[in-house]
Parts: sequence; structure tokens; C-alpha cells
Amino acid sequence: MSVFSRGFRGRRQEGPPGRVPPGQYLVDDFPVLSAGPTPETPVEEWTFTITGDVDAPRQWSWEEFLALPSETITTDIHCVTRWSKLDTVWEGVSVDTLLEGVDTSAEYVLAFCDGGYTTNLPLEDVTDGKAWVAVSYDGEPLEAEHGAPARLLVPHLYLWKSAKWIRGLQLLAEDESGFWEALGYHDRGDPWQEQRHWGD
Amino acid sequence: MDSDLTLDGNLTLDGNAAAGVLAEVFVSECTTAMTRCDACGAVEMVGALKAYVQAPGTVLRCRHCESVLMRVVRGAGSCWVDVRGLTWMQFSVATPGRSSGADAV
Amino acid sequence: MGRLSWQPATVTDAFAETPQVRTLELDVTGWTGHLPGQHVDVRLTADDGYQAARSYSIASAPEEKGPRLTVERIDAGEVSPYLVDELRTGDRIEVRGPIGGFFVWHAGLGGPVLLLAGGAGIVPLAAMLRHRVASGSDAAVRLIYSSRSLGEVIYREELDRLATHEGVDVVHTLTREQPAGWRGFGRRVDRELLAEAAWPASSSPLTYVCGPTAFVEKVAGSLVQLGYDPRTIRTERFGPTGR
Repeated sequence: MSVFSRGFRGRRQEGPPGRVPPGQYLVDDFPVLSAGPTPETPVEEWTFTITGDVDAPRQWSWEEFLALPSETITTDIHCVTRWSKLDTVWEGVSVDTLLEGVDTSAEYVLAFCDGGYTTNLPLEDVTDGKAWVAVSYDGEPLEAEHGAPARLLVPHLYLWKSAKWIRGLQLLAEDESGFWEALGYHDRGDPWQEQRHWGD
Repeated sequence: MDSDLTLDGNLTLDGNAAAGVLAEVFVSECTTAMTRCDACGAVEMVGALKAYVQAPGTVLRCRHCESVLMRVVRGAGSCWVDVRGLTWMQFSVATPGRSSGADAV
Repeated sequence: MGRLSWQPATVTDAFAETPQVRTLELDVTGWTGHLPGQHVDVRLTADDGYQAARSYSIASAPEEKGPRLTVERIDAGEVSPYLVDELRTGDRIEVRGPIGGFFVWHAGLGGPVLLLAGGAGIVPLAAMLRHRVASGSDAAVRLIYSSRSLGEVIYREELDRLATHEGVDVVHTLTREQPAGWRGFGRRVDRELLAEAAWPASSSPLTYVCGPTAFVEKVAGSLVQLGYDPRTIRTERFGPTGR
């Protein structure tokens, strides 16, 4: 049983009905979470690679990547550490665009990043207009601590799936747990079902 | 220790900042335990490791090579601890006393 | 239940140290004492069950009434504005601890001891200094304490009193603003200041450095350059400065 603290509210705000998943609280700022030092890969050395269970690997340089058709995405984001942020605006390339013409029987992807971070997703959670590789936030290029030059954006899942500093997707026949999924975090991470940890 | 920080920096602290979460599950004090980094061989106390605490879990990295040494995730009814990055941990324990003859050779 | 559990704590006294910093004296159910340098976790619970927990260093010596915590208001923080501005004598919060065995000094470890504080980093080091005097230890202790201005020096009068004890030195540096006639240092703690004000590396002090990350990095790096054995230097980083 907890002791209630007279008059304590914290910094959280109430959200409009139906917009904030259970156990989440709204923030105005954009908290930075990181499990390691911020990688600073120059764009001249950056590439994006589709690899694994594919007919032939695909790779784009930064310049080639920017030449791909991009979309503006306005979406809510939800971090498993319990903050949510509404109506964030991103620009990025749809994962559908990146997988166009790729012949694969894979059912899973593992996103891999500079700094060694990984996260796993079912392929169907990153296709059909559900995921992007974002290069800008709020009209500006991504900041280093938010994933520059590019991060995955999978807004319908908890934000640890939206891997910062992404370098590519490995397509896999079998699911392979990522950095947090291998240590207690849920393989799918749907915020509306509160899939935070194993067994949720 | 003063952890009411604004969430706007690339925050690294000392392993001492992980003392609370480790004390929830370990009987021995962990921050004074010695560790060996399995990647570069550096030997340091847990309290002197580099701690990333603004993340879904606590990540302790080697100050010399940045390898992940320990990770701790706290769930609703479980705590997960990963020590794959370590070769070993050395804890201080009481010197075993001489028993009164029960240890027949 | 692990070996750490939350305990109710009642605020028995609360007073301002500086405009941004406040000390809370707590009566904690089942408190079994602590070592100087340890911290506690503080948990606040809103009436709808929302909780926030943070860590704070213990300011008091084990010999004193308490524990006492000294908290700096981080304006964008979630817990410290409540602790500094809202909490009153008689209020209840939850505490668990004491926590941490790494950043600890007690009389049994002997001296000499070199304490280096930046801003609110003084808190756990003051606990060590108070314990040194209260325990009757004769370990030589020198505190070098960096503040922005005289008005931001935490525990100023008490530190002056502690410094009258044989074997206890307190050296202040004011990095931003020095009053007329100031005779302490007036710059950041760097290698030159340490060469002048700290003990030589040859005296092999036990060294404790606490403050914002940039302060700790600078000071620990300078000490190593001056020949201090890195294994005798213990650090506690607070993260970025709040303001």
C-alpha cells in the first residue's frame, strides 16, 4: 500500500479521450532515451541495407536514400517508459518503398543500427503503410540524440521499436530477439494492449 | 545523487546509480563487486562502470571500450539481469569460519 | 520481496539552504542507519496512483538525527520542485534505502581524504565531513567546493564551523561571481587549481568527486594527469546541471 503525497501531480497531462494508451502520460517535450553513446556516422559513410532472407541485398547511399519518394507522417508516439506525445510530424521513406520488388519468404525483420542496437518486428508490422525510415522531425533534420541521420518509425508500437541510428533491415524466416526483447521486453510491444514485458 | 534530471541530454552516470535496482535482487552489495569486461579485459568495480539510466532498462558499459557489460530490466513482477558482457564478478564475502568438526575430511 | 523495500517517511523538519536548495529531515519507519555517501530512493504517489521515484544523497552523518536529504530544485524536473516547494513538516513520502556501497567513506577507512564537490555534489561529501567530525576520527580531510556564487554555497556556515576542527580544511572556489574582498579561488576547478589546493598525489588520498557530469569529468581527468592513481578516485555524476 502506498503513501499518498499531498498535492503531488507530477508533470503528466491528461490527453484527449481515446488517444492515450493505458498507463501512459502525455509530455510536451521529447525525452531522449539511450542505452549507449550517441553514434555520429557522417552521411558520406552512411548506407541503408536490406539483407538476410532476400533474393539479392539492396543498398542505398545517403544521397540515393534522399532521392527515394518520401512521405510526411503525423502520428502519436508512445514510449514504454510511460510517456506519450501526440501529433508528432516526421518525414521519411515508407518501408513499403524500400521493400518494393524484394522477393522474400521472411516473416520477421531485425532492424540494426550504429552503436549495435537491434529490435525485432513481424514483417507485417512494418509493411502496408505502418512503418517508415524517418530523416526529419518537426521540419528539421533529425538531431543526433534522436537518431540522426535516420531512424525507424513504427508509431503503432512502443517507441523502442522505432530504432534510432538505423542502418538496415535484416529479413528473417525465424524471429530473433533484439536488444531489449532479449531481456524482458515484449516481442511485439503494442501500447494499446500494454505489451511491455514478456508475458504481457 | 540527484536523479531528477531533465530528459534532454545524452545522460551517462556512474555504476553507483544502478545500486538501487541491483539491491532489489542481489543479497551482496553489487557496486563494490569487481568485474572483468569480456571484450577488453578491463577490471573495474560496478560502481565505476558507465551507467545509462534513461532507457527502458539500466545499461552498464565498460568505461574503456563501451561494451555492454550488464543490463537490468525491471518489470511489474520481474527483474531481468543480463551479465553476458562480463567474464566474472568478484564479491566480498565473510571469511568462512572454522566449523566445529562437522566437516569431516 | 527483495532486500530493499519502500518505507513510509514523515517530514520532521524542512528548511531552505539557498533559494534553489532545501533540506528535509525525515523520520523513516525501520531506518537502520547508513554510511556517509549513500543515497535513498524517494517515491511520490498522486491520489490517482501515479508514481514517480528519484534518488537523492543522504546529507546527514550516521551520528545525527535523520536521515536528512538536501534537494536542489530542477525546474524541469518532476520530483524536486515538489520536494523543494510543496512538502511541509508532517507530510509523508516513501523512501527506500540506504543504497550504494561504492561512493562511501567512513572513519574506518582512514585518511587522508580529498573531497571535491561541484554545486549540489556537496551533499554526500558533507555527510562524510560531518561523520569525520562527529565520529572523532583524526583522518585529514580536505574539501574543495566549487559554487557559482557565494549565495549558492550550500551549508556555508556549517562548513566554516567544521573547518575549525584540527585536520579539516575547506577550500571554496566561486566560478561566476566573487564578492568584494573574496579571498578564495575564483575559477573552475582545473589542473592548476588542484595542483595548488589539493594534496600532492604522493600523499595518496582517498578521493571522492561529486557533481554535474562535466565537473566530474574535468576534475577526475585533472587528478589523473597530476599523478593520482585512478583506483583511489571514486566519482558520482549527477547528470547535466539543472539550469
